[in-house]
Amino acid sequence: MRQTIKPDVKELTRMASQLRQTILKMIAKAGSGHPGGSLSMTDLIVALYGYKLRHDPKRPDWPERDLFFLSKGHGCPALYAILAHYGYFPEEELATLRRYPTKLQGHPERWSVPGVEIAAGSLGQGLSMANGVALADRLDNRQRRIFCLMGDGEIQEGQVWEAAMTSSHHRLDAVCAIIDANQLQQNGPVREIQNIEPLADKWRAFGWHTLEIDGHDMAQIVQAYNEAEKIKGKPQAIVARTIKGKGVSFMELNPAWHGVAPKPDELEKALQELSRG
Amino acid sequence: MSATEKPTRDGFGEGLLELGKTHPAVVALSGDLEDSARAVWFKKQYPQRFFSVGIAEEDMIGTAAGLAIGGKIPFACSFSQFITAKGLEQLRMAVCYQNLNVKVAGSHGGLSVGADGATAEALEELTHMRCLPHMTVIVPCDAMEAKKATIASADYPGPVFLRLGRNPVPLLTKESDPFRIGQAVVLRQGEDVSLIACGILVAHALQAAEQLAKEGIHARVINVHTIKPLDTATLIAAAKETAALVTVEEHTVLGGLGGAVAEAVVQNHPVPMRFVGVQDRFGTSGDPKDLLRAFHLMPEDILQAAKEVLRAKQEHLVR
Repeated sequence: MRQTIKPDVKELTRMASQLRQTILKMIAKAGSGHPGGSLSMTDLIVALYGYKLRHDPKRPDWPERDLFFLSKGHGCPALYAILAHYGYFPEEELATLRRYPTKLQGHPERWSVPGVEIAAGSLGQGLSMANGVALADRLDNRQRRIFCLMGDGEIQEGQVWEAAMTSSHHRLDAVCAIIDANQLQQNGPVREIQNIEPLADKWRAFGWHTLEIDGHDMAQIVQAYNEAEKIKGKPQAIVARTIKGKGVSFMELNPAWHGVAPKPDELEKALQELSRG
Repeated sequence: MSATEKPTRDGFGEGLLELGKTHPAVVALSGDLEDSARAVWFKKQYPQRFFSVGIAEEDMIGTAAGLAIGGKIPFACSFSQFITAKGLEQLRMAVCYQNLNVKVAGSHGGLSVGADGATAEALEELTHMRCLPHMTVIVPCDAMEAKKATIASADYPGPVFLRLGRNPVPLLTKESDPFRIGQAVVLRQGEDVSLIACGILVAHALQAAEQLAKEGIHARVINVHTIKPLDTATLIAAAKETAALVTVEEHTVLGGLGGAVAEAVVQNHPVPMRFVGVQDRFGTSGDPKDLLRAFHLMPEDILQAAKEVLRAKQEHLVR
């Protein structure tokens, strides 16, 4: 039985604000990247690495560790930033994002740095891989959780729903899907490009135990992670309602910030906003 | 089916079954075609180690990648067309880019599905698989070789693609014949022309060589069961020693065995070549035997190509 320790919500929130600043600095330095989708998933990933995920930065290949699969690969600045924060690799390497030669690829390469569990960038593939690990673990009686973070635009990919059927058909309760429902995709609002609502109903209809939360409310996030872990016989989906570009007023819900780097003055303004909290 | 004929997919099924015994890490998955691909024998013997993922090839390949991440040696199988084409993006990113230990078996390769027609006939998959970094591509010539290739692939780290056929074909190899991934086999010696074949058409190449011998032409026959990594040493030696090459495959002539051989030879020892294969077209419905004739993949077609290339060789030598 896993222990549920009391989360320090305040500390996690502070960490998230710091991480957002690191992410924007990385993308600005790289001169390209995806700030909007990185900022929307920041609270979700901070609550995972800072609270729920069983992991050990000193032993990145620890066989009993929980796994985090970032399926929306363009959010990798957030992943790199939190891995560096926990010491998986030196923080100085963050400045090499997207610049040849670098371990920090524009979209993740499996094990290019310790802690990056899967490649991503061709959308919709993470959940299938999460299922595969869960099937292997079941044969080996290995008890670990596999978290798969996807975007709301990403789940327009048909493979996601093939995988969603596989998870529930095989009752893969080790699998927890987190949907960063940040409302926007590259060319506009998800509901205009191709509507995916009602999101929670869809996952329920596919046989998933589904929770719907405010993906920027740290207390709700940790509560959802705790509840999901208690579910037996069913995979769990956490539909996290988020804001693309969260934390920076001029980026929030603005599709223009899907895939461009902030210029120096924009970075300055963004960092000021984030440090004010 | 005579005692000396067997489909290569049966060899795969037998090999997989044996791996079940010898390799606890081997698991299998299919998208509702485990009967066709003969993985059903493994499924019956090891139900816990077989996973059905429904008719969903993209998810099947992704799931196989996950099983490999989890330490298993997954064999994903389906019709060759569907698993390689529908699963191509997953094979590229999840399997090959991550260099995972995933084995992919495509049954009903080539024209062997026959009456079902063009949509299920796999004629381009060797090209698709061959250009993926890290991928190994194997086309067994008979059921015995298919069994050996299946077993060998489990101990061969990284992604492997096995192309299998549906229909009974002659057993050309014996249990005692050595099989090594990446090592072509010279089945018949000859100095006039080389017939370089893979898969079920190796038998046709041997028949063509027999016929050529009656006309005093000595053809070397090479079974290139592994298209990648290619046994370039054996092929360059054939180019140097016979100075005339014919490639033979139940597959498009664009980028498969013929392309691979040409790439190797032209950089090292260019000689006249001819390509027996499917000429940039789709398949069609019919008895597979009739289709092999209609698509000019018979021993007499190889014979004709050999004579053509011999003429080119003469002109080449005169010049």
